[in-house]
Parts: sequence; structure tokens; C-alpha cells
Amino acid sequence: MHYNWNWGILFALSPDGNTPYIDLLLSGLEWTVITGVCAWVLAFILGSIIGVLRTLPSHTAERLGFVYVEFFRGIPLIVQLFVWFFVLPDLLPVEWGSWIKQLRNGPFYTSVIGLAFFTSPRVAEQVRAGIQSLAGGQLRAALAMGLTRPQAYRYVLLPLAYRIILPTLTSEMLNCLKNTSVALTIGLMELTAQTRAMQEFSFQVFEAFSVSTLLYVLLNLAVVAGMRVVERSAAIPGTLAKAR
Amino acid sequence: MIDYQNVCKWYGDFNVLKSCSTHVNKGEVVVVCGPSGSGKSTLIQCANGLTPFQKGTITVDGVSVGDRHTNLPKLRARVGMVFQHFELFPHLTVIANLRLAQEKVLGRDKASATEKGMALLERVGLAAHATKYPGQLSGGQQQRVAIARALAMNPVAMLFDEPTSALDPEMINEVLDVMTSLAADGMTMMVVTHEMGFARRVADRVVFMDAGEIVEDTTTEAFFREPESERARQFLSKILQH
Amino acid sequence: MFHGFDYKAITDNLSYLLIDGLGFTLRLTLMAAIGATALGSLVAVMELSRNRLVSGIAVGYVNLTRALPLLLVIFWFYFLIPWVWQWVTGADRPTPVGAFLSALITFTLFEAAYYAEIVRAGIQSLGRGQMGAAEALGLRYPQVLAYVILPQALRNMLPVLLMQTIILFQDTSLVYVLSITDFLGAASKIANRDFRLIELYSFAAVVYLVISATLSAFVRRLQSRIAIVR
Repeated sequence: MHYNWNWGILFALSPDGNTPYIDLLLSGLEWTVITGVCAWVLAFILGSIIGVLRTLPSHTAERLGFVYVEFFRGIPLIVQLFVWFFVLPDLLPVEWGSWIKQLRNGPFYTSVIGLAFFTSPRVAEQVRAGIQSLAGGQLRAALAMGLTRPQAYRYVLLPLAYRIILPTLTSEMLNCLKNTSVALTIGLMELTAQTRAMQEFSFQVFEAFSVSTLLYVLLNLAVVAGMRVVERSAAIPGTLAKAR
Repeated sequence: MIDYQNVCKWYGDFNVLKSCSTHVNKGEVVVVCGPSGSGKSTLIQCANGLTPFQKGTITVDGVSVGDRHTNLPKLRARVGMVFQHFELFPHLTVIANLRLAQEKVLGRDKASATEKGMALLERVGLAAHATKYPGQLSGGQQQRVAIARALAMNPVAMLFDEPTSALDPEMINEVLDVMTSLAADGMTMMVVTHEMGFARRVADRVVFMDAGEIVEDTTTEAFFREPESERARQFLSKILQH
Repeated sequence: MFHGFDYKAITDNLSYLLIDGLGFTLRLTLMAAIGATALGSLVAVMELSRNRLVSGIAVGYVNLTRALPLLLVIFWFYFLIPWVWQWVTGADRPTPVGAFLSALITFTLFEAAYYAEIVRAGIQSLGRGQMGAAEALGLRYPQVLAYVILPQALRNMLPVLLMQTIILFQDTSLVYVLSITDFLGAASKIANRDFRLIELYSFAAVVYLVISATLSAFVRRLQSRIAIVR
């Protein structure tokens, strides 16, 4: 193998004439984080609602939640993004469709929405599992005190369920961040897209990919460290969670 | 205060409660006992609508539990319930456990809910533990907190579902003592328990259940002196042996 | 809403879509799943090895792979494999190895990290008892793994492994970025050639959904049956 390494390329100017390649990669990282975080917040809200639906005594609610989960989990992310981006605007009334198509940052909004719907069933399944692991005793105790069902979820079941599923939620959050890379197919200039751009313009393939690999690893470590802090502050004294 | 009329309940094909009728008068302590699987826990859980039943009526303080128009949360707020496994909320401190329903259901402000809560913790001897979490307390202490939590709602009656079954033997008495003092204060109580000593000392009446039926419903004195049914006699001889 | 929906855009190209496209996707899924199970089991055993170096390599491999987006890894291998191939064969310049093989290597290596985590959890859930019992019979460590531990771990973990395979099946759609004619690639090529994006992408979504939902229903049934046997 005689590949010509040239790490200096990172600080060479990209074809636009005033930004070095490394800044392109960093701006990609920024879009990865912004898109991933926005999508995660939305997915967390949607997933919590659907997860709660699936634990209600109503058969209809359970069924509805099930169909939602199977639907958004059964189609690959890239296909979902294509549907949101290419198909949906044409199915809407003409004025709406063209308004969407002319939207600035269209790929960004589409990515956030697509990624959120793709991630939400995974969150929902976790939330459901967390609530079901409480095995009914806590719900009955809360109801017996006169709390309504929404109050019981708000003050007792959800705070406990979120604590139980925190480790798996962390890995879903990491998946959400990594999955932003798929949005390059609809034109989002996130980290992987910028890596590709650098590789195409500079021909220094492995420098570009090594640096973005490093950036992804650092991003992971940052999230994991952040969630450790959350886990520690959410730990309940006198329970196993403290020992972890 | 609590009145059961011909209450029937099925789990699928299984008939858990077979036309059960009994009552708890105001200020009365009624102990429900019987072999495991006899339906006694189900009976008590029907009283605040935690478990639905298919036939018959239960009225609590004049309100019908099975009626679809009954505001169940409102009814439950007036009936305290204590569970076998305590069911304290592990993510809330002891005092926050006592405050939660006072604030969210009764609409009390934080200061008065705290004051009420501290007074009750004092009463069960746990005021010093107010800021601890349930996981940091022993089982007996947790169950006393659970009793205080129920009392914080100023209930008109208290339901106890095997309150000492999950406790280590040395902790049973501290819980029974709290219950005894509650009874002495005139609280209306319905208690599912195997503690026959407690029943004998504190109960006004004993309801004996077997296989989903109320077999005996009589005064405590009569029940322990001369049970009418063979099934109750057998139950007593088994349980009093140890 | 479906005004002007041109079914012919799909039906005219059915054999290209299903035989060329979906055929590629299914072959890739199946072979990568088998490869990843084998490699994943090996990595899981290495992770649990008492040898620090061996377990360190395995843990590092799993953690690094799981930190990266699949798409980045696809590009990595797309550029890396020809160089490695050149080094192996002693050719005088980097040589492409073909779309299918390249994709297969990528997915096997990438998914192995995820399968390894599942197998490792399966092995650890067996506890020390089985290991001790088998060693007490005089079996050597590799025999214990091959005849006692792995068969049980894989069986217990079968539903989870299959769920991961459904994810793998969906993930293969990402080879689209290399202009490979997998199912999505085929749909996209016709979509752009005939200007029938709505029809083809809707069709792709439905086909993926039907296959994934069918498989996941099957896994749920399997799960409840295993639960009863236990």
C-alpha cells in the first residue's frame, strides 16, 4: 500500500476559497448535532405519547400505538426521508407543496421530522417496557390515593419509567445522532456529507474519513459522559441505581 | 360506611367472588381472613374500584362504587388504602410521598401539606426520616410511612390489604401497633390479614372467606370461641398451631 | 390524493424491481446475517476472554464500530477495500472488488459488532453454572463453548438476533449511496428515469413495511413460544 498521506490538507483551503477543510468538517459536525438534538426532542415527545398509549387499558389505544410502532419501525430511514422529501409535498394541495419546496433549509426540517418519526417508535417501546416493569403496584397505589390516571402517569409512573430506561434511552439518542448521516441523501450537509465533499475535492480520502471518525467517537464520548451526569443526578437514594 | 351486596366477580371463567355480602359500620374494625386464594384481597380491592366487579353493589359512605357515573378518584381520595408491598413512590422523599396527593388531589398548599405530613410522621414515629427516600428505610418503617400517607388524606375509612405479609417477623409489631392505635381512635377499618392475635385484640367482627364465598361473618368473640363452619375451624387450627 | 397515481410505472418494471433489486437486498441480508452471526459470536467469546489483549481488541472493535454511523462505514470500506485487495493480491494499483462483495464485507463487519453484543448478553445470562458443569465433565474450554454455551445462548437470543436481522434488512437500503442496484436503488433508478418519484418511493416503502412487519410478527410468535417452553 503506498497511499500518500497528507495531513496538511486539513488546513488547506477548500474550493470555496476561504474556509479550510477542517472548518467544513466542523460545520458538518455542528449540523449533525443540531439535527440530531432537534429530532431527538421531537422523538422523545412522540415516543412518550405512543408508549403511554400502549399501556392504557383501552384496547383501541393499545392497538393504535401498536400500528404506529410497526409502521414507523418497518420502513428504512432512508425511504422514510425520501417519502417526506419527494412524495409528501406532491400529495398536499399545490400551494402548500410549493411553499414547502421553496422552504430555506428544507433538507434540515425534513431530516428532523423524518428522523423524529423514525426514532419515536423505538422510544415508545422503551417507555412502554419501563412502565410495564413497574407491574401495576405503583399505579394502583397512585389511583388509590385519588390521583387521576393522567396524574398517576405524570407524577409516579413516568418519572420512574424514565429512570429505569435511561441507559437504553442513551443508546437510542446516540443512534439518533448517528442516523443524521442518512440525511445526506436529501442534501443535509452534516458531518458525513462534508467528509464526502472533502474527499471529492481534495482526493485525500483517508485523512477526511479518519478525522470524521474521530469526531464521531468524540461526539459519542461526550453524550455518554453527559448521560452519566444525568443518570447520577436522577439516581434514587436507597435503590440499586445508586450502586451502578 | 362500607356495604357489599351480592358482589360477584369473574376473572375469565374463574369465579373469584361468589355473591359476597357484608358491611363495615362507622368506627368498626373488620378483619377479613381465609386461606390464600380465597378472594379476600379481591374483596377489599373492590371497595375503592381498583378491581372492577361484574354483579352486585358496593356503597362507600353512600356512594356506589360500581356506578359508571361515580367519580372514582374523588371516592378513592376519601378511602385510605395500605398495600402488602407498601408501594411508596421510590423517587420521592418520605415527606414528598405524603404531600403528593394532598397537593394534587385535595389542592392543599405545600406548607399545609407539609405540616399535616410531619404531624402524621410524628404519630407513626418517623418524623426524623422525613427527608429520606423509601429505599433507605426498613420494611416496617416503609409500611408505617404508607399508613401515614393514607391518613394524610383525612380518610373516612381505611383498607389494609395484608399489610404485614411482606414484612420480616421482627417488624410486624411496629406496624400492628400503629394500626391498633388507629383503631383506638375510632377509625373505620377493613383489614385483610393472617395476624389472628391482632384480630382477636382489635377487631369488632371477623369475616371468614373460602373459595370466593363469605363463609362466616360474626363477632370476633364468637369466631374465636366457636366457629360455626368446619372450614373455619380447620383454618383456625392450622393457623394457630404456630 | 392518488389522482394520477401511475400504477404502470411499477407494474411495467416489476421484474427489475423484485428480481434484480429485491433479490440483491435479500441475498445481501441473508449472507450478511449469517456472516455477522458467526463473526459476532467469535467477537463475543473474545470479549469474555480472560486474556486482556484478546478481550481488549474485541471490546475496542465493538465500541468503535458502534460509535460510527453505518453510512460513514460504508464509505470507509468502499474506499478502503480496493487498497486492502491490492495489498493482498499484490496488484499494482487499487482494484474494485465488485458491488455485492464490497457491500457484503461491509455489512458483515459492521453488523458483527451489534450481533456480538447480543450474543455476549446471551452468554452472560447463562451464568457460571453451565460453564462449571461442562468443565466438570472434562470438556475443554473450546468444547464447552461450542457444545454447551453457544447453542444455548444463540437459542435464547434467537428473537433478538432476528430483530437485529430486520434492522440489517432495512439498513441494506443504505447501499443506495454507492449507486448499487439493491431494491431501493432499483426503485430510485426507475423513479428518476420515468419521473415517477411518488409511485416508486411509495411502492418501496410499502414493500419494506410488509416484509419487516411480517418478520416482526413472526418474531413475536417465536418469542411467546420460547417463553412458554421456559
